[in-house]
Amino acid sequence: MDLNLTAEELQFRDELRAWLGANVPKDWDEWREKPLEESFPYLRAWQRKLNEGRWAAVSWPKEYGGRGATLMQQAIFWEEMARVEAPPMANSLGLGLIGPTIIAYGTEAQKHRFIPKILSAEEIWCQGFSEPNAGSDLASLQTEARLEGSHYIVNGQKVWTSYGWVGNWCELVVRTDASVAKHKGLTVLLIDMKSPGVEVRPLRQMTGESEFNEIFFRDVRVPAENVLGKVNDGWNVAVSTLMYERGSYGARLHLLFKRSIKRLIELAHKIQKDGHPAAQDPLMRQKLAQCYAEIEIMRLNQMRAFSRITATGVPGPEGSIQKIFWSELNQRVQQIAQELLGPYGQLLNGDSRAVDKGIWSYGYLRTRGNTIEAGTSEVQRNIIGHFVLGLPRSY
Amino acid sequence: MQFGLNESQQMLQDNARKFFAGECPMSEVRRLMETDTAFDKSLWTKMAEQGYTGIIFSEEYGGVGLGKVELILLMEEAGRALLPGPLFSTVALAGSVLDAVGTPEQKKKYLTPICEGRARSTVAILEAAASWNLADAKITASSGKLNGEKLFVSDAAVADSIIVVARDGVFIVEANAHGIHIDPMLGMDLTRKQYAVRFENTPAEKLGSSSGLAKALDIATSSLAAELVGGMQRTLEITVEYAKTRKQFGKPIGIFQAVQHQCSDMYLETESSRSAAYYAAWALEENTPDASVAVSIAKMYSSDAGRTVGNRGIQVHGGMGFTWENDVHLYYRRAKASETALGDATFHRERIARMVIDSGAELAKSA
Repeated sequence: MDLNLTAEELQFRDELRAWLGANVPKDWDEWREKPLEESFPYLRAWQRKLNEGRWAAVSWPKEYGGRGATLMQQAIFWEEMARVEAPPMANSLGLGLIGPTIIAYGTEAQKHRFIPKILSAEEIWCQGFSEPNAGSDLASLQTEARLEGSHYIVNGQKVWTSYGWVGNWCELVVRTDASVAKHKGLTVLLIDMKSPGVEVRPLRQMTGESEFNEIFFRDVRVPAENVLGKVNDGWNVAVSTLMYERGSYGARLHLLFKRSIKRLIELAHKIQKDGHPAAQDPLMRQKLAQCYAEIEIMRLNQMRAFSRITATGVPGPEGSIQKIFWSELNQRVQQIAQELLGPYGQLLNGDSRAVDKGIWSYGYLRTRGNTIEAGTSEVQRNIIGHFVLGLPRSY
Repeated sequence: MQFGLNESQQMLQDNARKFFAGECPMSEVRRLMETDTAFDKSLWTKMAEQGYTGIIFSEEYGGVGLGKVELILLMEEAGRALLPGPLFSTVALAGSVLDAVGTPEQKKKYLTPICEGRARSTVAILEAAASWNLADAKITASSGKLNGEKLFVSDAAVADSIIVVARDGVFIVEANAHGIHIDPMLGMDLTRKQYAVRFENTPAEKLGSSSGLAKALDIATSSLAAELVGGMQRTLEITVEYAKTRKQFGKPIGIFQAVQHQCSDMYLETESSRSAAYYAAWALEENTPDASVAVSIAKMYSSDAGRTVGNRGIQVHGGMGFTWENDVHLYYRRAKASETALGDATFHRERIARMVIDSGAELAKSA
């Protein structure tokens, strides 16, 4: 056990620090609060710049434009990005989930065709997994693809698709064989979102925004060479994507949480409760300290998981611990913020008295989704129970 | 950066697990807990032969000279085995204090016999007010004579010396000195006995000032957190095993999500406690600026998690969990005693608050 950075890790960090120092945009604050539709070209440009420095996908192998970074180097990457408050990258699903899946399962032609444009943000990717009748039970999905000559004909509906409104391409899970067990008849298709018959509609969520979309497919023709992996092996391909989702996301989130607790502590020194700063209120101190501690434990769990994955080679079910931990913690952090702010906590962006431009009222509502998206807490607990503890499958 | 055990650490952990399984199985734990002191001299001698009693102390004093991470691994295994007796009091607590505040002569006199397995010791901190703030100590030693009473002193009846945190410094007394009265306190945890120790003009030797104790108590606190982790791990294993074999409605109860999710939460709480305890040990070893925060995070989290994991474990066992025969309650009792020892979660949250809320600098640095 040695948590000091190795010489190689230090070198990686210093090189990145120097690059960020010279290249990170100075005007992100002017864009940060704007709707994603408006800031998207800005984020594309930033990703393009990162890619020119070969920093867009550090975890990817060198031959695909990455740096073959270890998990620890990836953690360093996100920490440094957060330290300089760098903007996020436009093609986050392409870089984080879909690119790695294409690298793992794609043909040489697919890698050649798709990977460079994922890196450059020239083509934005979205992910078509959930359906109105297939959420937690993803494998029961009904969107069907029928082979006709050299094309699949796709019909069905997807929901909760992030970046659907801006996506050029979609990693779509479809049913190609309805006669076999539900996990065995699925295939992953890479679909051009401009194909005739694809219709994207905004899905308004409880925060009032539309981060996600519904996508309808009506007789959409997809060339058969756009199958990712093997026909009817889509479940394995999709699960591999989900593992990336659960494994790496936590590392980035930790830094956002760290910023939240730092801000809450600042606020606690300013906000008065019964004639004293809230930071002197014994109960508020207990709650803030609890949050601070749990945010630190989230980081430590992540580091231990990284070490385990480094030893075993693949992301595994331990990602479920992280998913439960960060999503439930995020809700607790937002609740403490509400308690600290009192009635001001409910004020929305646009109200002149809203604290921090309404990020706390927004955060409170948005974090309700955290324990649902990317696999509900219940599904994660099933995964731990069955795959980690060896208890019998409950469903 | 590598947050896993290296080969020699892995070996130490494996060996300790085998040692305790062989030398102190549950049948032996149950035998010892029914005795007055829960102490077995031959087991102690065997532990000394393994180097456990001198694990972190310098070879100069007969120790093995390993680090805090190794100590934590040993304590985790001791917790897993529910090891009765004074390993925690003597090594993690008294040994660390002697090491921190004793002069070289005092270490030769008191620490060397501990390392060599010839002596046991303990530290007396609490008084009637039961405060873990050392500044609240009322007991004093005027002209080398101690007067007053200490409570909740672990394993005092089998200690050869007792270290006393007094108002005017840290003192050590020989257990057979004049004017010592040691009376058992009947605590929930049957495997680690606690005592009220009264001093009447008892001759005491000064070790140093209380201000030198912080690091030693951090070592002991992280050890206790690790011991809790070991107890949680064992509770989890026993519970999962039961959930796989116990049948109701014709199915193993572990198939029901209400049961399964309790087990998953036990796993999450155990692993999170472990991450925090290991990191605290590493931070202490490396003297990182956040070492004390890390120790409080570990103790805070494992104090609460130890209890919660126990609650869940008993609940999953149903009626069996409520019987004397089932081992889960023995771990549960230890977890309750350890929850308050060296500060409960509330105490450590306030300590964290003092370090990260009151001095914004700490946070700004690590953010």
